[in-house]
Amino acid sequence: MTHDPEPIRFVAVHPLVVRITHWLNAIAMVCMIMSGWQIYNASPLFPFTFPRWATLGGWLGGAIAWHLAAMWLLVANALVYFAYGLAGRHFLRAFLPLTPRLVWRDLLDALTFRLKHTVGAYNAVQRLAYVVVLLLGLLAVASGLSLWKPVQLHGLAALLGGYEVARRIHFLAMAGIVAFIVLHLTLVALVPRTLVSMITGRARIPASHAEVEP
Amino acid sequence: MSGDIKLSDHSPALRRVERRLHRRGLLRGGLSLGGLTLLTGCNLSDGDTVDRLLWAMSRFNDKVQSWLFDPDQLAPTFAEKDITTPFPFNAFYSEDSTPEIDGDTWKLEVSGLVDDRTPWTLSRLRSLPQESQITRHICIEGWSAIGQWSGVPFRTFLQRIGADTRARYVGFRCADRYYSSIDMATALHPQTILALDYGKDPLPAEYGFPLKLRVPTKLGFKNPKHIAALFVTNDYPGGWWEDQGYNWFSGS
Repeated sequence: MTHDPEPIRFVAVHPLVVRITHWLNAIAMVCMIMSGWQIYNASPLFPFTFPRWATLGGWLGGAIAWHLAAMWLLVANALVYFAYGLAGRHFLRAFLPLTPRLVWRDLLDALTFRLKHTVGAYNAVQRLAYVVVLLLGLLAVASGLSLWKPVQLHGLAALLGGYEVARRIHFLAMAGIVAFIVLHLTLVALVPRTLVSMITGRARIPASHAEVEP
Repeated sequence: MSGDIKLSDHSPALRRVERRLHRRGLLRGGLSLGGLTLLTGCNLSDGDTVDRLLWAMSRFNDKVQSWLFDPDQLAPTFAEKDITTPFPFNAFYSEDSTPEIDGDTWKLEVSGLVDDRTPWTLSRLRSLPQESQITRHICIEGWSAIGQWSGVPFRTFLQRIGADTRARYVGFRCADRYYSSIDMATALHPQTILALDYGKDPLPAEYGFPLKLRVPTKLGFKNPKHIAALFVTNDYPGGWWEDQGYNWFSGS
């Protein structure tokens, strides 16, 4: 085996479909969450409201117009992503294996600063976070649909405990997604090259690390 | 000299202008932040583009919802013990501005694509078959409340006046200057009723005396109160909130 004469090389980490759907989802999510906060403010479920600067739409009618327009982008984009992830083995490669033991091991390693970073692969804690946020996304869409169409989709609404329970589930799913986004953006801020690779699809590997164990 | 101009004399016209201004700025006003967030270099003129896009998406959502609407799908019904007490008052004005209407002289005007335009008195409406329902009223703000309404199935009423049920819309004008409209498929839905009673009693003033349209397959603002006139038409009639940006179909 001859060694690459270059001191650094690149590996592909994010397929094009994942990069495109990631950024479209980022746009759709920002619209959905900010307009959702404005809608929430019209009839707050809990004793607080969201600050005006964090909302989208200006008033209830504008916010609903945003919410029910951006939902098409969110859902259409998600359908492409899930079709790709399930049919193209992307989910299998990116999110498995995932067992409580692996999560516990990687979490302990991370907390004691011993976690090895492998370019192009997620550790078990990351895998768990991504799987959970995808499930929260599904829950947000299911509860959102039963709020939009509680009569036409009354089976779905009943499955979620009825209109008023679905409202709370919709809020909690949003809260979980926002918590994920905060964690996600914090980690990106700590390791900025992950932002670059979500745009270019490639990650740079120093030659000395090229044979890092998986 | 009686040259003084009273603002109240012009209030209907002022309100119309105000609404038009509100409508123009309304979606747009909220768009500037969206523009800042999403479209680098977005300014107010780009806001117009976003505004038009939002209105177009709302019209698209009307079409999707009318396609999703199943004329046989009934809204869930509830037991008497589930009724929300007190049922919340809701309008675009405060409760003390509720119109006072004399039920003895009140008449329901009927016009548009109908055979019989004879106005209807309360006693004549009560002589028609009546139906009762306990259903959930869902407000566009998100809250909901369960109430009991009774009155004339709207399909029965439309048949009595010889309405052209192939027409697209039924429009309503109300004594509190509110107005709204619904699609014909929803007008013919078995749970759409011209409500005369709330609970066991005639509609109290705050719930829409003497006549309210109860549509459990639509959001609360599509349930006009204090109805004074209705008409069947193929020309889009809009509505008080709809013209400002609420989605027109707003089906549940």
